[in-house]
Amino acid sequence: MTTVFDPGAAAARATDAILGDTLRGSARGIVVDSPPGAGKSTLVVRAALELAAAGHPLMVIAQTNAQVDDLVVRLAEKDPELPVGRLHSNDSDPYDKVLDGLENVRKSAKAADLAGLDVVISTAAKWAHVKNVEPWGHAIVDEAYQMRSDALLAVAGLFERALFVGDPGQLDPFSIVGADQWAGLSYDPSASAVSTLLAHNPELPQHRLPVSWRLPASAAPLVSDAFYPYTPFRSGTDHGDRKLSFGVASDGSGPDRVLDEAAESGWGLLELPARHTPRTDPEAVRAVALVVRRLLDRGGVATSERAEDPVPVTADRVAVGTAHRDQAAAVRAALTELGVTGVAVDTANRLQGREFDVTVVLHPLSGRPDATAFHLETGRLCVLASRHRHACVVVCREGVADLLDEHPSTEPVQLGVTVKFPDGWEANHAVLAHLSERRVRWRP
Amino acid sequence: MLATALGSPAPFGQSQFAFMRGNAFEAKVKADGGAELLRLLYERLGGGAEAPAGDAATPDLSAAGPEGRAARTALALREATAAGGWALLDHPMLALEVAGSPAYLEPDAVVVHPDGRWTVVEIKSFPMIDASADPSKVGAAARQAAVYVLALERVAAVTEGAEVGHQVLLVCPKDFSNLPTASVVDVRKQRAVTRRQLTRLTRVEDIAAGLPEGTTFDPACPPEELDAAVAAVPPAYAPECLAACELAFHCRARSRAEGAVETLGRSVRGELGGLTTVAGVLAAAAGKEGDPADPTVAALRRAAALRAEALESAEALRDGTRESGSVPRAGAPEGAAACR
Amino acid sequence: MSLITTLARLEAVDTGRAQPLATVRHRHLTDRPLVLVPLTTAGEAGAPLGALVGTDREAPRLLAVAQPRDRDLRFAFLAELAEAVLPHIEAYADVVEPAERNETDPATGKKTKVEVELCTDAAQLIVPSRAGVEFVRLLGRSMRFRRTAEDDPDTPYPAPARVPLLGRWLTHYGERARVPGSSLLPAVTDLLNRHWATGQSSLEDQHLGALLAWIDPPAGSSGAEAALRAELARDGEGQLLCPPAGPATDPDFDNRLLAPAIERYDRARTALASAEDGLAADARLGELSAAEREIRSLLARVMLPTWDAVWRGLDLLRELPEGSRAEDRWTRDRWSFTAHRDRVRSGEPPQPRRDDAVTAAQKLASRETAQAQLEAQEALDDPLVLAGRRLAGEAFLATVSEVEMAYTESKRPSPRPLVTVRTDERPHLGERTKVYRSLEGKPQTAEFVRYADGPPADDGEIPLVLRILDRMGRGKEPAPGSVPEPGERIAWTLFEHDQRGGPKLPDPEETPWTHGGPPGADAATRAERPDPVTPEDLL
Repeated sequence: MTTVFDPGAAAARATDAILGDTLRGSARGIVVDSPPGAGKSTLVVRAALELAAAGHPLMVIAQTNAQVDDLVVRLAEKDPELPVGRLHSNDSDPYDKVLDGLENVRKSAKAADLAGLDVVISTAAKWAHVKNVEPWGHAIVDEAYQMRSDALLAVAGLFERALFVGDPGQLDPFSIVGADQWAGLSYDPSASAVSTLLAHNPELPQHRLPVSWRLPASAAPLVSDAFYPYTPFRSGTDHGDRKLSFGVASDGSGPDRVLDEAAESGWGLLELPARHTPRTDPEAVRAVALVVRRLLDRGGVATSERAEDPVPVTADRVAVGTAHRDQAAAVRAALTELGVTGVAVDTANRLQGREFDVTVVLHPLSGRPDATAFHLETGRLCVLASRHRHACVVVCREGVADLLDEHPSTEPVQLGVTVKFPDGWEANHAVLAHLSERRVRWRP
Repeated sequence: MLATALGSPAPFGQSQFAFMRGNAFEAKVKADGGAELLRLLYERLGGGAEAPAGDAATPDLSAAGPEGRAARTALALREATAAGGWALLDHPMLALEVAGSPAYLEPDAVVVHPDGRWTVVEIKSFPMIDASADPSKVGAAARQAAVYVLALERVAAVTEGAEVGHQVLLVCPKDFSNLPTASVVDVRKQRAVTRRQLTRLTRVEDIAAGLPEGTTFDPACPPEELDAAVAAVPPAYAPECLAACELAFHCRARSRAEGAVETLGRSVRGELGGLTTVAGVLAAAAGKEGDPADPTVAALRRAAALRAEALESAEALRDGTRESGSVPRAGAPEGAAACR
Repeated sequence: MSLITTLARLEAVDTGRAQPLATVRHRHLTDRPLVLVPLTTAGEAGAPLGALVGTDREAPRLLAVAQPRDRDLRFAFLAELAEAVLPHIEAYADVVEPAERNETDPATGKKTKVEVELCTDAAQLIVPSRAGVEFVRLLGRSMRFRRTAEDDPDTPYPAPARVPLLGRWLTHYGERARVPGSSLLPAVTDLLNRHWATGQSSLEDQHLGALLAWIDPPAGSSGAEAALRAELARDGEGQLLCPPAGPATDPDFDNRLLAPAIERYDRARTALASAEDGLAADARLGELSAAEREIRSLLARVMLPTWDAVWRGLDLLRELPEGSRAEDRWTRDRWSFTAHRDRVRSGEPPQPRRDDAVTAAQKLASRETAQAQLEAQEALDDPLVLAGRRLAGEAFLATVSEVEMAYTESKRPSPRPLVTVRTDERPHLGERTKVYRSLEGKPQTAEFVRYADGPPADDGEIPLVLRILDRMGRGKEPAPGSVPEPGERIAWTLFEHDQRGGPKLPDPEETPWTHGGPPGADAATRAERPDPVTPEDLL
């Protein structure tokens, strides 16, 4: 007998188990792996509210100020009465001015000023300077896979127990100097906080959010297979639940054809003729900008489970992702030239954790004569390929498969380091093989 | 051999000290029917099974020719798996199809567990000091072991109850002693990469078909003929080749003669876009060639201008501070000519 | 690799000679460095073969192991190495100057200044290549846990007296060498590669002979030709004219010369042992000494070219004037040297095999700080390095065109002058991006306010408005000279000049549960445990 997969029920079961462990369990730590768009932020907010409601004041540790401010806003939206403390740095402009409009949010650079509030939120960097306070009974560590082990070491004394939430598939934390001498040690300071935590506490309960609500049915299997081969997940929606369509018919150009392909299948590869180019390949940059321009011009509308009626895909629902900052700058300039404003254009690092209807990606290996570890990093491609709710268009020069073949992965191996993730080389091949079935060749 | 005939001998070869130590270490690890090896394996990868107690099977794998030995190995694996005990296969022979032709592989050892799991064992003579070892050497061992795992999987697929472990056992000398120690290496990544490479590898016949008729690689040929023969194979020289291939010095000479920028390292190409030669890049940087609207050319010119400006300002600074009668460039001292 | 470096390499190809990557020397060189050229036995982990060591280029001290598989001979070598290295180190350890250090009072938690000693200079150890640094580390690791007969009369195979101490010092040097910008244990190849770009790849640049050939080719020869000779040219016996800079030897040397010589030595030893009377023993002793002399001369022959090359490299480096901030980094090396001296003197145990969680995190944090500081200091010291940062949009040169006074809106207004500068560069400026300039050696901060003429076009000069934020004194009016003046040409950086240290980490005894908890009572004894030894400690 086969049962139909009910994503809502599966996700609810996972969430209930996590909250059960958090509120009533005895383990000092709980780890939650969350694939892209699986409701990580919702979980964090819910866990914080339920802990507070149960009379457990807690601290929340996030990695960037933007993440902290975002969480504060979400908490205030869910429960405007909740007393929240925003611990911030001594720099100028230490937090988003939006917080000033929230009545029950207190802001201070001193932890002592925030004592007694139900929830106190800050970055790991700021928490590390907090000394001589009574430890919190509970903590939530957000984006724990992007937190370095040494950052956790600096703050772990502030709490008794913690819920660690994060996406293992995104970009790993890095260090600007070599850290090889500690590779394989359970507490390697350059490793992620979660790997250290689990190495020392393997008995901790580990949960997984099994459903991506962001990625459509066309994308979840590919992203899951290529980037989460040992911890698969499903899409929360089915084929046909989401639809992308255009008010204006195709003009037969490459950008229009690839948009139609992406609307139809969820993916589109706009392939330019093979050529070695500088990073800011003018043709590819312009192709990216043109795709965005046409997407907006053709009156894209998105139908999804979120709303009864189709919703226009406006500039703020579109993002462009690149590998390098100068590429992002070049795309921004090209968009300005085409009169497009309001589209988010950024590198993978900065798009982490964000969500859009349609994304246009400049492939990290497009036009490159070599494939370096940076460009092959699995997390980079994973971030770029998992930001969209409807469709993703990838712009790339022909010849990347051959390039990959010329640069077989010969990564060094450190003894004792747990293999958590597929090889970047392999993942790139897998994604490329899938994209090549959605290919539109175009000579600009 | 081939490289020497072409006039570009590469500094290769193995020291007999290293060779002897490698052999001595492997013999020590496998002494007494592999008792020490099995102990290490049980300690690291034993699972729930009974410890091997000196009763592990060590089947004889000798046979005529690689094909025969591969068949003998497959048979021994089948028998050991069916027997349900521990077995140590010393230097088994495995076959794997590469680009349409069979290649024969000889792992240091394969251990059959009582539950039907097969584990590849690699014995290396580089040390594990304080539980860590040279990552590039471990990486190479992992890639090598992954090929064995793939080859074993073909045999396991037709052997009832067999399963090939993706964790291999790497055995090395401990610290500064000759005592063996071991570490488990997960080769899933390497296996996936190798599997894909094997499916993508151009068939050997395809390469051969593209070569001029009569192409030969016999070192007895006169150098000019050899040169022409090697030139017909598409080259992709990069400095990394120097450590891996005996023809690399030859390829480097050719690559340099062509002025290819890759001779300076693969990463150099990254920012040079479509420019591939030293002369081309320098001409573009000097403003003699190239379209200034091309971002590569523009960046090169900016880089050249900034570099020239900085060198000039440093020169001016130094002239300003230098005392009269400037310091002449010191000649190399006598006796330093040994390296010339 | 930055495009400026790539260009330098291409120019080197074109001109046949290495091109400068720096206009000043970014690493401190002491007046009397101790040069160490080590060799190791192929395939063995801890079996040194020989070394040249000393501070006088004309008189290196030759140390050799006639049979590397003999533990006694290896110990004799290490004892002799200790004798060559430790007096040099100790000579520096005794010359001190008074200094102050910030310490936190454990009782009150307050920071206080403490009078301490700082070694006036530190002993600098120089090896030929990165592999040499790695080998120093390995030697340190192999020696520091050894026990001498004095430590423990029952220890099997006791090590000579000063060997464990040498192990601790070499470990310290090896560890310090991992700190960016440190000069306590530099490799000459790294020093040269920092300052020159050759016409070959960075991989080939690890070959000291080839590297020198590019930087200073003999008259009438191009760098490429000279480098090729250094890489491949062999004499009539098939031996490389420029042997590897160690510690690895050329396999052809091992197989054709060294192995037969060691065999002769072994035979002579066996013969001596079986000599039946004094007369025969005398003769055989003579044969043994001859065999030993032969090995020594073979080793000297392959090490001397490297010895000379190291000194030649140092000569070339000394021609560059030292960057002004290199001294600051050397002072940190002196602190590090002094701190280790103090640990040794206070009888602390040898460094553990692996760092504990807190030490590892501390080291990583301090190295990241050192790296950022090194990058900033090199750019401030050297227009050529700054050029690379300018190309990357991380710095820019600009001419001041206008200064408009402005003030904060507080009760006691402070000056916040708006400075308009003109530049044809395109730094990555965003809203309120901080920029810094060096004012009397100290950084002054400003923030980007706006592009005066709207968004910049692709090229051409543009005006930017910056607001100066600090270092203008306490008064309402800025201190004289603290505000840029029209016409001044100033280098601004987007990176900070000084680095703030990271947060204080817990003491190792308070390692949190996430990182395994406190190390436990027996951790120290376990850490000091000697390595296991077997009767036949060789293969």
